[in-house]
Amino acid sequence: MPLYYTEDQAMLADSVTGFMADEGGIKKQLRHWRDINCKDGFGHGLWKQFAEMGLTGMLAAEADGGLAMGHVEAGIVLAEIGRNLTPSPFLTTSVMGVTALSEASDDLRGRWLPGIVAGETVLAVAIDEGAKHKPDKIACRAERAGNGFRLTGAKDFVIHGTSADAIIVAARTSGSDSDADGVTLFAVPKDAAGIGHNAVRLVDSAMASHVRFDGVELDGSTVIGEVDGGRALLNKVLSAGRIGAAAEQTGVGSGAFAMTTTYLKTRKQFGKLIGEFQALQHRAAHLYSELEIAEAVVIKAQQLLDGGSERAELMVSVAKAKAARVCNLAVREGVQMHGGVGMTDEYDIGLYMKRERALTEFMGDANYHAERVAQLSGY
Amino acid sequence: MSELEAFRAEIRAWIEANCPAEMRTPVQSEDDICWGGRNFVFKNAAQKAWMEVCAAKGYTVPDWPVAYGGAGMNPAEAKVWREEMARAGARPPLSSFGIWMLGPALLKFGTEEQKVHYLGQVARGEIRWCQGYSEPGSGSDLVSLQTYGEDKGDHWVVNGQKIWTSYADKADWIFCLVRTDKANTYQGISFLLFDMTTPGVTTKPIKLISGSSPFCETFFDNVKVPKTQIVGQLNRGWDVAKYLLGHEREMISGAGGGEQTSTVGKVLTRNGLDDPMLRAELAAFDIDALAFAAMGEKFLDEIKVGKAHPAQPNMMKYAGTELNKRRHELLMAAGGSTALEWDSEATRGGAPARSWLRTKANSIEGGTSEVMLNVVAKRILELPGA
Repeated sequence: MPLYYTEDQAMLADSVTGFMADEGGIKKQLRHWRDINCKDGFGHGLWKQFAEMGLTGMLAAEADGGLAMGHVEAGIVLAEIGRNLTPSPFLTTSVMGVTALSEASDDLRGRWLPGIVAGETVLAVAIDEGAKHKPDKIACRAERAGNGFRLTGAKDFVIHGTSADAIIVAARTSGSDSDADGVTLFAVPKDAAGIGHNAVRLVDSAMASHVRFDGVELDGSTVIGEVDGGRALLNKVLSAGRIGAAAEQTGVGSGAFAMTTTYLKTRKQFGKLIGEFQALQHRAAHLYSELEIAEAVVIKAQQLLDGGSERAELMVSVAKAKAARVCNLAVREGVQMHGGVGMTDEYDIGLYMKRERALTEFMGDANYHAERVAQLSGY
Repeated sequence: MSELEAFRAEIRAWIEANCPAEMRTPVQSEDDICWGGRNFVFKNAAQKAWMEVCAAKGYTVPDWPVAYGGAGMNPAEAKVWREEMARAGARPPLSSFGIWMLGPALLKFGTEEQKVHYLGQVARGEIRWCQGYSEPGSGSDLVSLQTYGEDKGDHWVVNGQKIWTSYADKADWIFCLVRTDKANTYQGISFLLFDMTTPGVTTKPIKLISGSSPFCETFFDNVKVPKTQIVGQLNRGWDVAKYLLGHEREMISGAGGGEQTSTVGKVLTRNGLDDPMLRAELAAFDIDALAFAAMGEKFLDEIKVGKAHPAQPNMMKYAGTELNKRRHELLMAAGGSTALEWDSEATRGGAPARSWLRTKANSIEGGTSEVMLNVVAKRILELPGA
């Protein structure tokens, strides 16, 4: 399959680019919700508009009211979200959440997917325990109790945790913390008794929660897939989140880069446009090269994931690591080349730096994925 | 089965039936490459047989038109061909500057007569070409070249000197940039083809830090070149040269290495090393290398359908060569003192060190990394004054 968009994908990209620039722009969304200290960190009105565009259920099966699209298409949306720094629950709900629910019972899908497709329901995903991403170790436990389970433990970095109608929780139902088996995914409704939130605003103005589960009673219908056999599904959710975050990062990186090259073409010092200086030209050209490579490996990994390739897992980690490094370079160069104004809140370039930092940490940073690349490559 | 999948099955079976086992082992050094040409000595019968059986089907240049010795594959078919070759671990049947550089230029700028005459010979491996571009005083500033062709009616008389002429001592013909108008810088250069056995042509190999001599100095002393041997218009050779440079840069970038790109991190397990810092560096490199392989694939896909920016080969050349230099720095580090051995059997005659030194030329030949960045800044980013 060639590594460029099909006609259908190019049409989707066209409409999403226009939509996100018009409706999801920095002033209208990110700055607005930040400046009024919104407790969600995003707008439900925009989420509804995502639904009207057909985006919220794009990965869901047609039988569930979705469009049965793949990660290439989701990546098109995420790149535009990244370019515009658009706050939305798309990645946790429509990408990771819908991926988790793809293997859920008819009942569970019927309970959550119609609301997602309609842009009325938001999902969060609770995987991390601690400040760094280590999904191989899951200590949060769901003990069997009566006909269901009792969930006890804590999860961190749960993006949109307090806004979510349900939280997809990876919990241990048997074995010890680092066992591969014995993991089960649950769709925990927000009103279940015993859930405690410590909501925190992050550097990029997104809301995350430290969630405590204090003997939360769950009936068997909240189980997604097989009890104790959730590791494979968790890996699918992780891959979806990782390649999604990577796609968003390429959008953040190229948004920052576009802003920076525009600045190089307008700012004058020493009687010249600063873009005339070779010191800056070479750095900009290097950054361009890196961004092109990051975009290429992201679409490659998306295609492999959509095609069910055995190389997908490796290439998703390559893509997440590469996108993180390159996007980081783009925002650092962006702020530096903007000079003093790059440090001001008035200019948007600093907002890109904040978003990049949060996305890098989400579902494993570049070092985490470099370690995975080494392991998956057999060294 | 789709048409393309049927095509894939056909190609797979053909390679299986026709590629000799000796041609399915990795190329170890430049020695293993089949260059073709009048004086080429095949390394073994398998190398000759593989080239000839491919040439007969047009598979040495699968995407060239059938009339010029190719197989007439469309971009999707050519990609299948590359994938199936990689899958079988088959060596390229024929490698040459005629295929990579002159061919594309002739397809675009050559007359019908030139295409039929020269391209067929290239495709069949009958003629080996070298490239006369750089001169002692004209490296990065190539357009300042001084080699002069004096108009003598039905021919030119060429005098001057070229340098860094790859394999000039082994080549049959040269494609050469010659000044035909001293009053015009860019529009005073012509693109000429001539036989290296023409009286007045001499070559002198240059010994490099790697110990080998892939490059030559090439001297022209009153060399007669018939006027039929010009490609494109008189004094417009720079257009041909630039177009060809795009293909040269694409070639040097290593685009098309494809998915079989092996990770360098594996040298750790091969060499029994336990070095966490080196392991981290290797993993960081492998990420960049696998990402670049994806870029190479995307670039080739896009260039075949006209979606790539015309200046994109410059970016590819920059990124690919810097990466290759890094690869060999890491291989030297992983090899330790063994990799320092210059002519031992254990290192197959110092292959690691010699290859490492050879790669230092990658970011100089065909346009330096700094020139590549200049071109990207100007033509792609459109930065002011660049």
